[in-house]
Amino acid sequence: MPRLALTTNYAVAHAAKDSDVDVVAAYPITPSTPAAEKLAEFVANGEMDAEYIHVESEHSAASALVGASAVGARAFTVTASQGLIYMSEVLYIASGLRLPIVLGVASRALSAPLSIWGDMHDIAPLRDAGLIIYFVSSAQEAYDTVIQAFKVAEDPRVHLPAIVDYDGFVLSHVTEPVETIEKEEVLKYIPKNITWNTLNPKKPISMGTVGDPDWYYEFKYQQQVAMENALQVAVEADEEFGKMFGRKYGIVEPYCMEDADIAMIAYGAHAGTARVAVDKAREKGIKVGLIRLKLWRPFPSEQLKKLLEGVSVVGVLDRAMALGGPLQGPVALDVGTLIATKVPGVKLVSFTIGIGQRDVRVDDLVKAAEMLDEVAKGKEPPEKTVPIGLRE
Amino acid sequence: MSLKEVGPMQEIKNHMQIPRDEYIAGGHSACQGCGHFIIVRHLLKAAGPNTIVVNPTGCLEVVTTVFPYSSWRVPWIHVAFENGGAVASGIEAAIKALQRKGVLPKDEQINVVVFAGDGGTVDIGFQSLSGMLERGHKVVYVLLDNEAYMNTGIQRSGSTPFGAWTTTTPVGKKWKGEWRVRKDMIQIAVAHHIPYAATINPAYPVDMYNKMVKALKADGPAFLHAYSPCPTGWRFDPSRTIEVARLAVLTGYWVLYEYDHGQYKVNVPVLKRKPVKEFIKLQGRFRHMTEEQIKKLQEIIDQQVEMINKLVGKQVIGPVVE
Amino acid sequence: MSTTKLPGWRELPEGAVVRDAGNTETIDVSGWRVFKPVIIDEKCTRCRLCWIYCPDGAILEIIDEKAKMGKRYEVDYMHCKGCGICWRECPVNAIEWVPEER
Repeated sequence: MPRLALTTNYAVAHAAKDSDVDVVAAYPITPSTPAAEKLAEFVANGEMDAEYIHVESEHSAASALVGASAVGARAFTVTASQGLIYMSEVLYIASGLRLPIVLGVASRALSAPLSIWGDMHDIAPLRDAGLIIYFVSSAQEAYDTVIQAFKVAEDPRVHLPAIVDYDGFVLSHVTEPVETIEKEEVLKYIPKNITWNTLNPKKPISMGTVGDPDWYYEFKYQQQVAMENALQVAVEADEEFGKMFGRKYGIVEPYCMEDADIAMIAYGAHAGTARVAVDKAREKGIKVGLIRLKLWRPFPSEQLKKLLEGVSVVGVLDRAMALGGPLQGPVALDVGTLIATKVPGVKLVSFTIGIGQRDVRVDDLVKAAEMLDEVAKGKEPPEKTVPIGLRE
Repeated sequence: MSLKEVGPMQEIKNHMQIPRDEYIAGGHSACQGCGHFIIVRHLLKAAGPNTIVVNPTGCLEVVTTVFPYSSWRVPWIHVAFENGGAVASGIEAAIKALQRKGVLPKDEQINVVVFAGDGGTVDIGFQSLSGMLERGHKVVYVLLDNEAYMNTGIQRSGSTPFGAWTTTTPVGKKWKGEWRVRKDMIQIAVAHHIPYAATINPAYPVDMYNKMVKALKADGPAFLHAYSPCPTGWRFDPSRTIEVARLAVLTGYWVLYEYDHGQYKVNVPVLKRKPVKEFIKLQGRFRHMTEEQIKKLQEIIDQQVEMINKLVGKQVIGPVVE
Repeated sequence: MSTTKLPGWRELPEGAVVRDAGNTETIDVSGWRVFKPVIIDEKCTRCRLCWIYCPDGAILEIIDEKAKMGKRYEVDYMHCKGCGICWRECPVNAIEWVPEER
């Protein structure tokens, strides 16, 4: 099992190679481009036996993956930002067609203004598209999660596309140590077993039919059921990965939550920053803990509910702005709904951080913990999302 | 004259040899006299059962596959409107990869065919077609051209001919139907350096059938531009579909020619062309045209004919004879 | 749609695929017709053109060793929409164009 120094972009490319992907269709876009280049290098050298389609746009990348998966191939791409939004039309369709394509997304801000820098505005709107969405916080986790994503997506109880999302530049371009796994071992974890609907001249079927008002609702509901199944499947996949390869993550990762009165929820790279802030806040006597959200869709309601019971206030550190919302953080909106329906009494404070790759300092997050502490002690929670790092 | 039908993937000498197997079932909800189905029925006979069909959004897709029904007896997929070329590219590449890895049998040729309308090809589907052609995927792309977005109710497309009424180029005080000249998709396809491109027409079924066989056997992307008269959108009696298709050829409006590895050939020479007036008087969408507009349309056709004669190197399509 | 109860989400195929390839053949479109074609077998020269040009596959070519030249042509009235292409294109006027009775 070679241990390599890899950026998250390269880690994701290695994971696709080691998963014996059959078809790659990728279009370069900052900051995911190095991953697309590395995949081309693997194919060019014969290290990876896959067809590499030099598609002329991201929309065509997703479309080619749908075609490939529809014939039974294991298919993969990488993208970001404008490209993810451009291909999003096809991602909804892939979910409705129940095809297990997997994508690595080097999350980047959305135009306008044009920004090549990292944040999570690109993935946020895809929350409701019927895709499995993972947030990872390290190159190692990205490598491991791409492999897990194939397992979950291809499971007969699921059959949905999956996205492994990682922060642009802060993760995508930063070198970290990654334990890779031999392809033969990976294939024991994710053997090629085509259980989804495919196009086969010997048994012709029609895929992508018209669903009129007498039928559409039931097919959407099937997708919802598959999303619900995916939660259990993701938990199992992570357990099995841990047994076979020695690393497991859970779908939420608690830190110092055992005696916490205040919870901070963070995801992606800045969960690391938040962890250091938790330690510093604890030194100041604040009983704060961190919950790192790894799986965003399907939303791990039960797991979060358990952690939030007994907490008086939760602060959600979002890396995207849900403009015009009742609160302006996408995950905060989900947590708000969870609290309202399952954990009443917990107060919610929403923060945005790192927008357009605005630097996030440990001290900023310590201040956030202090703000949460004040709310725990009786102060009214802020009415709007608190934009950490914004110049007024 | 041989009276025996042949199997798929073989050129035929005459229409008695067209095979009897049907790969598209009746009972679909196409309009009476729809040109698309005459074409698709025969192209599928030429391709045979080992064929995967990609069908972007359009009339053909919508009338054949409203759940829980499907007219298609071959594997078929619809994804979206603008990505026929890209989906077909993914299928073709996946078949290659899976054959190489031994998941699919290596020696079996699986045809990948796109049936797309002019909307999904000339306009919104242009980019993904271009990418597919340029990358050299072994796919046969069939453009079923009814010269407007018919499925959504007759709106103009980049293929709508000069003068035609459509709902978005209506006839009023300021506009008199479409005023622009349609794109030349054969030349656009050829500009991608593909091995084979050809026009086809349902009134010439043997020529149409054989061009499909040639396209399926080409060592790279093949592009077939099919003329598909639409009684509903062009405003003519549904019994006249073949008559309109034939007149299109006899007036030089639609030249049956092919491009095969650098060589052009006109398959149906027309030594004395009928004037375009004969052709447009059959179609209600041209009813409003003034003498000046008709003259302009005749000029456009004359120019097209001249260009094709130049490509072939001799005057295979002759002058207009009243 | 119909008054019979339609299947629920548990019973439907995943992703709205249709596995019964070609099942539109169970749909009767004869109600579309105002006129219908009637083939006069004695006049028919077996040229196949009606069978070739039908958009709905509603002209059947039937192999019948008792028939002239070993085959004959029949209209599949369930799938014929009455477009009239066969009537127009028949080179020997062997197809009559008859008003539909209702």
